[in-house]
Amino acid sequence: MTPTATLEPETVFTPPALPIPTSAVTLTINGTPQTLQIAPWTTLLDALREYLDLTGTKKGCDHGQCGACTVLVNGKRINSCLTLAIMQEGAQITTIEGIAQTNTDAPNGLHPLQKAFIEHDAFQCGYCTPGQICSAVGLMNEGKAKSTADIRELMSGNICRCGAYTNIVDAIEDVMNQNPA
Amino acid sequence: MNSFTYSRADAVDTAVDERASDQTAKFIAGGTNLIDLMKENVERPNRLIDITRLPLNSITETVAGGLRLGALVTNADTAYNEQVIQRYPLLSQTILAGASPQLRNMATDGGNLLQRTRCYYFYDLATPCNKREPGSGCSALNGYNRIHAILGTGSPHQTPTCIATHPSDMCVALAALEAEVRVTGVNGERTIPFADFHRLPGDTPHIDNTLQPDELITAIDLPANGFPEYFMYLKLRDRASYAFALVSVAVALEMDNNTITTARIALGGVAHKPWRKPEAEASLVGKPATKENFQSAAELLLAGAQGFAHNTFKIELAKRAIVRALGQAAKLEPTA
Repeated sequence: MTPTATLEPETVFTPPALPIPTSAVTLTINGTPQTLQIAPWTTLLDALREYLDLTGTKKGCDHGQCGACTVLVNGKRINSCLTLAIMQEGAQITTIEGIAQTNTDAPNGLHPLQKAFIEHDAFQCGYCTPGQICSAVGLMNEGKAKSTADIRELMSGNICRCGAYTNIVDAIEDVMNQNPA
Repeated sequence: MNSFTYSRADAVDTAVDERASDQTAKFIAGGTNLIDLMKENVERPNRLIDITRLPLNSITETVAGGLRLGALVTNADTAYNEQVIQRYPLLSQTILAGASPQLRNMATDGGNLLQRTRCYYFYDLATPCNKREPGSGCSALNGYNRIHAILGTGSPHQTPTCIATHPSDMCVALAALEAEVRVTGVNGERTIPFADFHRLPGDTPHIDNTLQPDELITAIDLPANGFPEYFMYLKLRDRASYAFALVSVAVALEMDNNTITTARIALGGVAHKPWRKPEAEASLVGKPATKENFQSAAELLLAGAQGFAHNTFKIELAKRAIVRALGQAAKLEPTA
């Protein structure tokens, strides 16, 4: 047998840390300006959930197909998974955590849509619900829905895999009838 | 998503210069398609140039009597614009047939033109795709091709390089309306007729359109005639809302009593670009609006159509959709 060479003690290879280029981004979240130090590839959804602990906004598909990540940007509903936080510099963002405050009639209570979702049992597992409610607030801001069929069409960007659609539409219609546009 | 650097452009000229200096950079506006493709690693830009702060976000009158849609106007703001609804109802109807309210609030008019195909194999990095990886092959050709093209894929004696379709609804209406695309590059401005903006796959299916790498879309010009009286966008898809078209038809007509004086017919979901056929449109001029005449036009439009294993149904579907959309535009059939 040939003598074996003495093995070098195993070393752990540590790759040099790459500097992650972060920038300061200021967003007004639910009325409060917040400055985050984030990489440019951070989506608005990840900024909310991972940097601000606002986990009410859900990550469903992360590809703009399910609507679970819907938030309001300057009053308009969008998919927060398909925009970069850095692109929203200076924007007013409303998440499900801020929806109750947007209703001036009941500053400390639930938004009428939140109440209606409870009254109409408009969910089962509840995962899509924050997105459904933010989307419904956006729909009411837009003021284009005039019928049940319109609500169904204009809520088509929010998927509910439990299939609570009937009650979701009822809840939204109930609130729209309380506040006719 | 790969890492990239980010910059925010404050003028069209500097945005174009920045893009010209870096071939791996991309412009970003609404981001609804680009960010998705970056998450899938289909698009891997080294730099994003954010153009959302450029002053291209208004709808104005043109000297030719039409409307100019700034490239950054959102799809929602375009569809709900009073002037668009009154003068170009076909465009409004078509935009509202696409995507979801959230996406229409984000997506811009310029970006809509630059959407990439939703071919499953284009998205799937594990499969060959000539559009994603030139020269690697087309997986759709002998794969599952139910959503794929039936027109413009090449001659029957030649193996197509790509059978992807262009996914936009809006572009089908813009083709029918004969819009023009205004672009700015390092060599200045130019205007591209809509029919020349998107291209057929040919031997270079990775190139979707005739925009040069340094060029930025600044506006879409709508001509004065918006066909506000007789129009229809009929979209057929696997569910009633929020799905891409299997086949769609944009029809714009002018009529003198029951006689057709002008006809425009554009198809979506059937080719690498919105599909028009001048002979089919000309065949209707001077003719009464009848089902028989519509059927003849439909045959002309689908001439040369070639189905693959799972999409041959689209040929008959498209013909019937054309007949119905023409009937609805001519107000011979109910629209709902």
